[in-house]
Amino acid sequence: MTSIIRFENVTKRFGALTVLDNFNFEVQRGEKVTLIGPSGSGKSTVLRILMTLEPFQEGLLEIDGISYHEPNGRGPFKASEKHLHKIRSNVGMVFQSFNLFPHMTVLRNIVEAPVAVLKMKRDEAESRATELLRMVDLYDKKDHFPSQLSGGQQQRVAIARALAMRPRVLLFDEPTSALDPQLVGEVLGVIRNLAQEHDLTMLLVTHEMRFAREVSDRVCFFDKGRIVEQGGPEQFFSNPQQPRTREFLSSFLGEQAPSRESLRRVQ
Amino acid sequence: MMYGYTWDTSTPLTFALSILPILGIGLLVTLKAAAVGYAIALVLGLVLALLCRSKSRLISWTVTGFTEFVRDTPLLVQLFFLYYVLPEFGIVLPAFMTGALALGLQYSAYTSEVYRGGIGAIPRGQWEAATALNLTRLQVYRDIVVPQMIPRIVPALGNYLISMLKETPVLSVVTVLDMLGLANMIGERTFEYLVPLSMVGLIFLPMTFICSALVYMIERALPKSGIPLR
Amino acid sequence: MTWMQYLAPLLKGAQVTVMISLASIFFGAILAFAAGIARTSSNRVLSGIAFVYVVLFRGTPLLVQLFWFYYALPLIGISFDPVTTGITVLSLLTGAFGAEVVRGALLAVPPAQLEAARALNFSKSYTLWHVSMPQAIIEMMPAFGNLAIQNLKDTALVSLISIADLTFQAQSLRNITLDSATVYTLTLVGYFMIALCLMFVMRFIEMKLRRGPAFPRSAHS
Repeated sequence: MTSIIRFENVTKRFGALTVLDNFNFEVQRGEKVTLIGPSGSGKSTVLRILMTLEPFQEGLLEIDGISYHEPNGRGPFKASEKHLHKIRSNVGMVFQSFNLFPHMTVLRNIVEAPVAVLKMKRDEAESRATELLRMVDLYDKKDHFPSQLSGGQQQRVAIARALAMRPRVLLFDEPTSALDPQLVGEVLGVIRNLAQEHDLTMLLVTHEMRFAREVSDRVCFFDKGRIVEQGGPEQFFSNPQQPRTREFLSSFLGEQAPSRESLRRVQ
Repeated sequence: MMYGYTWDTSTPLTFALSILPILGIGLLVTLKAAAVGYAIALVLGLVLALLCRSKSRLISWTVTGFTEFVRDTPLLVQLFFLYYVLPEFGIVLPAFMTGALALGLQYSAYTSEVYRGGIGAIPRGQWEAATALNLTRLQVYRDIVVPQMIPRIVPALGNYLISMLKETPVLSVVTVLDMLGLANMIGERTFEYLVPLSMVGLIFLPMTFICSALVYMIERALPKSGIPLR
Repeated sequence: MTWMQYLAPLLKGAQVTVMISLASIFFGAILAFAAGIARTSSNRVLSGIAFVYVVLFRGTPLLVQLFWFYYALPLIGISFDPVTTGITVLSLLTGAFGAEVVRGALLAVPPAQLEAARALNFSKSYTLWHVSMPQAIIEMMPAFGNLAIQNLKDTALVSLISIADLTFQAQSLRNITLDSATVYTLTLVGYFMIALCLMFVMRFIEMKLRRGPAFPRSAHS
């Protein structure tokens, strides 16, 4: 396996605050990685940097062999639109608050980018969109507007929209955090099916521990801009090594004493 | 020569500098007109806003119609109306006062809207709480409504002051010798309009710019939840 | 002369007023979008030019601008007929105020929308025209409605550069008849009726834009 994402000593600061400090991280092609950790630990920042929504100050970042730095050595966010365009064509993102375009129908939301960016023919894009809508079980809503859908439905459309661009890497930034509890399941169901796709690389930031355990190849625990602990889900959840990890996991499970046994029992 | 100052048309710069004192006298008239007009607008607007909340349909509808009418018709025509019609009813005012009155009347339509918006934005629960506490009407307005209203209305009122300032040159049409009136007069005498008119524009620019900055600063400084009472 | 006989000249003037108002609203809207978009552009030169334009025309009195274009510009060899001057100045003024409306509405588009557009690899101009503008334009409508009324009222000042608009006709009538009260009352009512029509048209456009389930919020929300 070859790595599709490679962070090498990446440092990201917001003013005086260092969010990522000499961050090193690799993801293999087709790997499903879950990033967990307390809020402000930098996990979402990793996704936002990958999506070119945030600049970083130091280090190297590559996606599918393309450096975020342009060959002439200028930083990624002084990179030309053309270069950013090339990077982004590999990446898709699903946002916490869906971010569907409110003035477009569901179908139009999905078709817009393939037609405008990939120069796909409209009927071709529409048949692909139809396929995707069937996949997320929302074909009957294709002519609705986002405001007419529930949060769970909107998020499923957003996933279809991202997939329509055929990304190699799909980023999920807390895709269920903005949803009512009873709507979380339908979105996780769609993501679970996607996780079966062999060559799609997925990075998922989530607070759904059970789900993370179920779908990921690897779980990374973030704290203060570093990966404190990572490993396969079984080992990670049933036998966390670091005290900080145990503390975090237990707080999530509502346990008083962070013992390994109690963790195991709950799961 | 005007007000004892002579002008020097030899170069545009000397011309501009030599008429500066004359325009300064006009500026005072401009500022006075805006001040008097604004005072009228603030008071009359409040009266209109309160009448609008009257329980009598007849009064509230008449007042609403009146403010809408004043707001949607040109200041210049209202000015002519006051200037020519008031004397027919035996009310003879100096041109300056007529002008300030027209400004105040036009802008009272705007300020009444601001007051109404400000009162309307006070949540229903506040009125109900005040009623539950058995406060008198005066106490409700003095202690509950006005302190919460101020952060909402002051920026809007400030912006209308700036707009009004920019409309004062209209008064020159009814012989008020404000900055523009004097600039036109200088133009007529020297056949040189470019410099005096440009000067008027150049004097207005920093005035409106500074006033806008002030309004912005006041808006930022006012506590959003209302003037704190201790 | 009775007040009925005043109507013919006043109506003639009203036509001129409506023509000047509509023309300057039209050109003003074009200027407003051009300058408003330029103001939000990352191109410093473009946004700088737009900023200077907006500050100049918002910061000075309309009457000064009118006289400047009418009396002062011919002295350096640039002159237009009064109607062109009037429409030009009113368009420039409306455009400057409109530019701030356009800019404000564009800036109010939620940043999340721009991030989504970026994640889908839309170009900047595609994002502007297909993501930001369709959402922003609805938010601009109430303010544009106010600007249209303001524009109508401002047209009265063109009577001072000898354009035979409604106010100009009123002045001439008064000078002939000395019947100030009737003439000016009729004139004010005339402006008010034109304003009502203009408001109706603007509401209609807003309703058209807001129609459909995409923007279920009520007007002015």
